[in-house]
Amino acid sequence: MKLSDAPHTQNTAAEISGAEIVIRSLHEEGVEFVFGYPGGAVLNIYDEIFKQDKFKHVLVRHEQGALHAADGYARATGRAGVALVTSGPGVTNAVTGIATAYMDSIPMVVITGQVPTHAIGQDAFQECDTVGITRPCVKHNFLVKDVADLATTIRKAFIVAQTGRPGPVVVDIPKDVTQAKHVFAYPKDVEMRSYRPAVKGHAGQIKKALGMLVEAKRPMVYVGGGAVLGNASAQVTELVRMLGFPCTNTLMGLGAYPSSDKQFVGMLGMHGTYEANMAMQNCDVLLAIGARFDDRVIGNPEHFYQSGRRIVHIDVDPSSISKRVKVDVPIVGDVKEVLTELLALLGEEKARPDPAGLKVWWKQIDEWRAKDCLKYNRKSELIKPQYVIETLHKITGGDAFVTSDVGQHQMWAAQFYGFDKPRRWINSGGLGTMGFGLPAAMGVQLAHPDATVACITGEASIQMCIQELSTCKQYHMPIKVVNLNNRYMGMVRQWQEFFYGNRYAESYMDALPDFVKLAEAYGHVGMRIEKPADVEGALREAVKLKERLVFLDFITDQTENVFPMVPGGKGISEMILSEEL
Amino acid sequence: MRHILSLLLENESGALSRVSGLFSARGYNIESLTVAPTEDPTMSRMTIVTTGSDDVVEQITKQLNKLVDVVKVVDLNEGKHLERELMLVKVRAAGKDREEVKRTADIFRARIIDVTEKSYTVELTGTSDKLDAFLDAIGRTMVLETARTGACGLGRGEWIMKV
Ligand SMILES: Cc1ncc(C[n+]2csc(CCOP(=O)(O)OP(=O)(O)O)c2C)c(N)n1
Repeated sequence: MKLSDAPHTQNTAAEISGAEIVIRSLHEEGVEFVFGYPGGAVLNIYDEIFKQDKFKHVLVRHEQGALHAADGYARATGRAGVALVTSGPGVTNAVTGIATAYMDSIPMVVITGQVPTHAIGQDAFQECDTVGITRPCVKHNFLVKDVADLATTIRKAFIVAQTGRPGPVVVDIPKDVTQAKHVFAYPKDVEMRSYRPAVKGHAGQIKKALGMLVEAKRPMVYVGGGAVLGNASAQVTELVRMLGFPCTNTLMGLGAYPSSDKQFVGMLGMHGTYEANMAMQNCDVLLAIGARFDDRVIGNPEHFYQSGRRIVHIDVDPSSISKRVKVDVPIVGDVKEVLTELLALLGEEKARPDPAGLKVWWKQIDEWRAKDCLKYNRKSELIKPQYVIETLHKITGGDAFVTSDVGQHQMWAAQFYGFDKPRRWINSGGLGTMGFGLPAAMGVQLAHPDATVACITGEASIQMCIQELSTCKQYHMPIKVVNLNNRYMGMVRQWQEFFYGNRYAESYMDALPDFVKLAEAYGHVGMRIEKPADVEGALREAVKLKERLVFLDFITDQTENVFPMVPGGKGISEMILSEEL
Repeated sequence: MRHILSLLLENESGALSRVSGLFSARGYNIESLTVAPTEDPTMSRMTIVTTGSDDVVEQITKQLNKLVDVVKVVDLNEGKHLERELMLVKVRAAGKDREEVKRTADIFRARIIDVTEKSYTVELTGTSDKLDAFLDAIGRTMVLETARTGACGLGRGEWIMKV
């Protein structure tokens, strides 16, 4: 490994403690917030936090909350989120958050305390094998055994977390290493011979891709979270418009292409729109951008193969290509770089897709669209969850940051909020972690203090990290919690209704707290809304209360289901549609 | 199909568990795995024998490449290559079997490296196939104990695996 000759900072000849090195390194990285929770193994680090004011430490109420908050911050900004937890239980509590970030490729640096090096392996108090426990759910992890390696390791962690396909990186630091002294020099570049993520796509492949795209009769553009993570939304939009193709976003890709655009056919997948899933199944050329053909998106791969199509796949991670679906033109590289090249080439070339052919295809798509697959009963006496989200969209002008938990409410938020910009929709798509929404919203709110941040949740999910209402109070986070309270683990109930003969095993939420009182007990504003006519007024009032966290408990129709739905193991065009249709 | 993957990886404490963990987490087969430092002590060379369809082996190579400690991965099956494995085997060698074991060992160019009244310990190198063939020739019931290293391999000719 070669360090750059010109370090970032001047060598201070004086030796400082490992704990101070940690803090100074975070300063060098320009870290704004550290989400954490103290404990024995990190007390030296906390003592140094006490002495500084360059970044703000946010004290959560449970380490899972720290990780999700750092994750929300990262999703909203594109910069690595930073979390700090103690050894043993601090780490095990953090694992859910680390795995959540890993599944969605979110850049994070997680600093964990460890027992002193001489005690490692002795079953010491609060010892756990952090590197071993986190290994399968991190992009990389380090155990720093020598204070001399500390600054370089932290630099490496930030580089690895934020480049290539991003992901969480854990830096495990034994307590004696935080005590030991060393001079501080923060390296700018760190050469890692074993880590060289691809950037530029192969020119020949890009040319081939373009050739395939302009020949397409029934083209489709399928955009995933990689386009959001790779900040390629502008390029995606330009390309789709230039080509005149229909475009769909995955759950993770929402906002990468504007939902309000006429070329947008909706989200695809298990709860995707009829038109998106039909177009996906029936297209002849598919351009996949930063997406990974996962099981919730294409359903049964055998069924997907039945109608042949040629596939161009752009992704920064070669292992995402041809993993579940064989592709014809793989392009490995940074999506933004590749799309920029593709656009330049398209500018030079005269060839364009045949407009007459495209017209026929659009006619077909419009027929599918005419089914109006997201239709729901607007005349109901009960509050329909879809209506709450549509109204939220209306009064926030579609410009709020929206986090969610996991379940029906998550799918309705994805279907009905209509995201026009990237990094506005923040949810745990890969791991599907209930409890994500509220702490993630904290990270988003800190990153964008003046923005409206809504956490769309369910009465089951919100209870998994509800303790963070206290953190929200301490740091004045005016989040709008939109609780779609159907007294059920709705998504579980839906599966039990469809596939288990209405046997609602343990999916009924009994003994629910009075959420209004609960919010008030934490020092927030609580509202209960029971009638459709009150929905808009309540949301308006909540948004107007700019300084306050408002917990809106919407008592919704318990029987509502998410449609369309592709049952597990089925093909994506084999959807169950709403009875409303 | 059987593939031999050759890896260069950082000679760091966690590197081996990252590789083996990847195989168990993703359900890939490992037939054998050997690892030792190279002439450059900061780097280890690992040989993994795995089985799977071409698609699976391609995924394995990609996933291995993604590990931050892995410097390089080559599927030796993509070119001509050499493969050797070392086996130590203790076989029954009493009475009339003694001569027969000796003769078989000679045929396979194996060496007898330890002798008791009732047993021989035989050392044999070769491809994994050859070692299997030796065990078959001796007769599995005659075998008391074996220790095998797993295969290691290099490309043929002047080609070398560079960083
Ligand atoms: C930590 C965790 N445990 C279990 C699940 C499985 N699960 C998925 S959705 C769901 C129900 C969620 O209920 P609620 O939060 O009320 O949302 P709703 O579906 O009613 O909108 C459950 C239990 C999960 N995703 N995460």
